[in-house]
Amino acid sequence: MRFTAVEQLKAHARNVADSLPAGGKMISVCGGSGCRASGALEVLAAFQEALAALRKNGASSAQVVLKETGCHGFCERGPLVVIRPGNIFYQRVGPEDVAEIVAKTVLKGEIVESLLYKDGEGPVVHEEDIPFYKHQTRQVFGDNGYISPRSVDDYLGRGGYQALAKVLESMTPEQVIAEVEASSLRGRGGGGFPTGRKWRSCREAAGERRYVICNADEGDPGAYMDRSILEGNPHRVIEGMIIGAFAVGAGQGYVYVRAEYPLAVENLRLALSEAREAGLLGENILGTKHSFDIKISRGGGAFVCGESTALMRSLEGKVGEPRTKHIHSVVSGFHDLPSNLNNVETWANIPLIINRGADWYTRTGTKHSKGTKLFSLVGKVVNTGLVEVPMGATLRQIIFDIGGGIPAGKAFKAVQTGGPSGGCLPASMLDLPVDFDELSAAGSMMGSGGMIVMDEETCMVDVARYFLGFLVEESCGKCTPCREGIYQLHTILDNITRGLGRPGDIERLEALAETVRDTSLCALGKTAANPVLSTLRYFREEYRRHIEDRQCPAGVCRALFRYDIDAELCTGCTRCARTCPQGAVSGKKKEPHQIDPAACIKCGICQDVCRFGAVIKVPA
Amino acid sequence: MKTALDEILCAYEASPESLIAVFQDVQERFRYLSEQHIREVAARLEVPLPQAYAVATFYNAFSLRPKGKYIIKICLGTACHVRGAPRILEEAERLLGISRGETTPDGKFSLETVNCLGACALGPIMVVGEKSHGHVTPLTVQDILKETEKS
Repeated sequence: MRFTAVEQLKAHARNVADSLPAGGKMISVCGGSGCRASGALEVLAAFQEALAALRKNGASSAQVVLKETGCHGFCERGPLVVIRPGNIFYQRVGPEDVAEIVAKTVLKGEIVESLLYKDGEGPVVHEEDIPFYKHQTRQVFGDNGYISPRSVDDYLGRGGYQALAKVLESMTPEQVIAEVEASSLRGRGGGGFPTGRKWRSCREAAGERRYVICNADEGDPGAYMDRSILEGNPHRVIEGMIIGAFAVGAGQGYVYVRAEYPLAVENLRLALSEAREAGLLGENILGTKHSFDIKISRGGGAFVCGESTALMRSLEGKVGEPRTKHIHSVVSGFHDLPSNLNNVETWANIPLIINRGADWYTRTGTKHSKGTKLFSLVGKVVNTGLVEVPMGATLRQIIFDIGGGIPAGKAFKAVQTGGPSGGCLPASMLDLPVDFDELSAAGSMMGSGGMIVMDEETCMVDVARYFLGFLVEESCGKCTPCREGIYQLHTILDNITRGLGRPGDIERLEALAETVRDTSLCALGKTAANPVLSTLRYFREEYRRHIEDRQCPAGVCRALFRYDIDAELCTGCTRCARTCPQGAVSGKKKEPHQIDPAACIKCGICQDVCRFGAVIKVPA
Repeated sequence: MKTALDEILCAYEASPESLIAVFQDVQERFRYLSEQHIREVAARLEVPLPQAYAVATFYNAFSLRPKGKYIIKICLGTACHVRGAPRILEEAERLLGISRGETTPDGKFSLETVNCLGACALGPIMVVGEKSHGHVTPLTVQDILKETEKS
């Protein structure tokens, strides 16, 4: 239905709130990209079939609601299924488990023990009691597990569009900006610029039109928070943008989203058309004078387009090259008109601030970083997934309390934050409270929220080389320090990892890194040296070992080790010899085997298949 | 008669702003941007040809040569990297006899790398066509390729 007055929307929202009938059950199947890759759609289909069969048999399935929701966050244990009310949490669910879940849990309220989450302390039944969830504060991400991203009614039922109603009914643009300023919200895309101040500058800038833009070009490898918000709760971002447009005086908005996120694009597209039909977008929103609409623009797969000025060039259909920011894009941005750009997570915070007020919002967080932050906790960590914590939570709380620590009994070595522009922090920094300023002071940065955990088998020189290699490919090439400087940094690092390091390389890296930082045009170049500088700061000895001793202590840099077989441990099972693609392993059955270093290509398959730990790495 | 290109162009406003979106659809449909495509799209959207060419070569999404029937994407995101993705890439390169960014001479496989698929819990990840394979090891690369050839 199309709402033509704020009051109508509010009345409808009251009607759809808690739409589950008394005694009803909701089956929430996580349909985020992570769970889909683990087979969630097959699980969903099995539920559809099972419920259809129930209906056919006349069982009381009318009260069972099946929902494909967005990402719940606990990707490690996907596919995830939660039965509400009661939040009975099932993990690693396969289509073959569905019949039992329906028969026992849905119909009788019994628990299927084999599907429960288990850790050292035994099985856990309820979602909120699982350590991964228990230690989180899910202000922005919490509705994901409850709503279908394809239903505006679901969003309305959870209090959605109430902030917009409040704004249109009782606030002036000036009041909205003042509230956002008072909340101290800082941009979640990485820069941490105060959002309210940005909005004010845009509103005050002269121009015949203004734009609001949502940056969903989430390019940092290992970061997928924004995708999961867009996939799971697109209306929340849309609501934030409508409010932002009202505040700055914009009539048109854009969402610039990675084309590599097809599900996010699809769900956003559906949400936009639903919002239009409901009178929440378009001319005279909810019967007021505020008119605004949003277009989607799919990115072309260039990392630099996450930079605001490059993104705006790309929106114009041009090559995404950044420009200097002596004039900010809030004054002259998209089509040289005032343009206010915020990232997905920033927009998703807006409804919360308007609904609950800046006073409430600022109770969470640290002195200069308020609210919560979403992180994607990935890499060598037990519980891979999306995590939302108050600003100021420590790295230790995130990685160990929520993330469950390091798998396979290995030792923690470093955590990388901030994407390719960020840095690696060592174990001595685990008690660092995570906020914008603390991370920067430690030589890393907040970035958009990727948090990649590394264990003792990760080589920090290799990690620096990896990030610089990424940036060589993604530098747009416009300015020389970035184009040439990053290339040279990468060459030096590559040589070090190949055993060709020379005395003085560390000093050369430092000098070059500082030049690139000081003289590059945009943030990509200015921050490109961070992975080098932070690993040099905290892991200098590892560099020295590579250069002087030609050794890689982590056993990653392949020029610096070779595979060998420990004759004591080898049982002569022949497994490695049979799987070696090069025929480099020889030996008689039941006798210790040998590896021919000349034939070995160091693919590591022999080590992967050995069940006795007999294949080892030794210095080359 | 409407050509395939006409159909694509119809869906968008005839303005330079639509260039990237039109190229994306052309790439998806034809698996590359031919010289003819670039010239025609530029003319229809009134974009100077050099600018259209610059866009076609700037973005990773576009290829000036046809891609293979099966596109293999190996995730080299940070999480996959620390879990051994470079070994997966090398094994795929060895088995297919091509380097990343190339297509096999028979036009069957294109080998690509991506910077993050956002399914880090499953890393290292290899995607063939639409199907994701998680926790890939060098040993399983061969099985995945064989399975694809059969299908």
